Amino acid sequence: MLDKVAALGKTVLDNIAGAGKAMVMLVRALIGKPQLRKSWPLLMQQMYSVGVLSLIIIIISGLFIGMVLGLQGYKILVDFGAEQSLGPMVALSLLRELGPVVTALLFAGRAGSALTAEIGLMKATEQLSSLEMMAVDPLRRVISPRFWAGFYSMPLLALIFSAVGIYGGYLVGVRWLGVDEGAFWSVMQSNVEWGQDILNGIIKSLVFAFVVTWIALHKGYHCVPTSVGISRATTSTVVTASLAVLGLDFVLTALMFG
Amino acid sequence: MESRNTQLAVGFFVIIGVLALLFLGLRAANTSFSANGETYKLYAKFDNIGGLKERSPVKVGGVVVGRVSNITLDGEYYEPLVEMTISKKYDEFSNTSSVSVLTSGLLGEQYIGLSPGFIDDTVEMLDDGDYIQDTKSALVLEDLIGQFLFSQGND
Repeated sequence: MLDKVAALGKTVLDNIAGAGKAMVMLVRALIGKPQLRKSWPLLMQQMYSVGVLSLIIIIISGLFIGMVLGLQGYKILVDFGAEQSLGPMVALSLLRELGPVVTALLFAGRAGSALTAEIGLMKATEQLSSLEMMAVDPLRRVISPRFWAGFYSMPLLALIFSAVGIYGGYLVGVRWLGVDEGAFWSVMQSNVEWGQDILNGIIKSLVFAFVVTWIALHKGYHCVPTSVGISRATTSTVVTASLAVLGLDFVLTALMFG
Repeated sequence: MESRNTQLAVGFFVIIGVLALLFLGLRAANTSFSANGETYKLYAKFDNIGGLKERSPVKVGGVVVGRVSNITLDGEYYEPLVEMTISKKYDEFSNTSSVSVLTSGLLGEQYIGLSPGFIDDTVEMLDDGDYIQDTKSALVLEDLIGQFLFSQGND
């Protein structure tokens, strides 16, 4: 009986210690004198592997999600004779929810897991310790550029996702199912607000970018440096980041649109 | 060269992102009215505003000239007071103008229809903060049905 209570206590303590370690890692990686000339090429390299290489999956899934929204929305709206409202339906659901959230989920799977595995392997093969031996701070050299790359890339990816998705909805709704083109765009324009919808979507994706990248880096940096440990850390990145994104999305939606 | 290709790819990535933002901003969002800032305010008291909301459009002959910016209850008798923000482009309404709460379509959203009044030497123009006196309230479906039943009962 007491053993079980002790086990519970250990789990709680471990979780709190993990959160503390993650916080310390983030603060030490981000706070300090900026060295633009040294960190700029590193940032570019990471923007490439985190952002540019995620572009294909983002564009393709954005297109298909937009097309599915167009098809399903049309089927529902045509019963009410309201197929003119297809434009705002597609645009609002993409800008407010699906753009930031699906991008964050895909980003956690595509880039977050790669970050965790890469840093975990660096730790297992003692590359991080070697950096420290050479008086190079691994937090500044390895963690910080990856964090900023994720933080800058994901809002851009979310914007691209929404834009491509709206185009996908346009393809299905207007080109295939024959919704009037003028009505599609003009009803969309009269319902989508710059500050209310687009800006809130960008804020959401910034929050998700912060959380997903942070979790991925923390899981990699503090993983158990064995092959089992790295595989667990990678899985845990995807699971934790996805849950965090979905939970935060509810809170943000309640704050913004509630 | 490796680094240059990387930089090129990242540059294109950022450009595509900004283009997506521009597409969303210009094509999907309503930037036409809320963007150009010069506005002035008019007020109108109604008996009943029906389903009017903040941000509902104010239209003259179907053309959007402004939006409802605030709805409060005002005065001793708690009459709904609607504040309308009108674009400065249209600042020549006389004080004989009238406003009514209308519905677009049978079940559509409600908006304010502004009908410009006549202009001659004796009437003044509406300025920022003026009240429009001539108002017609929203048609409430339940009231209409009630009146209809009442008139049926009289026969």
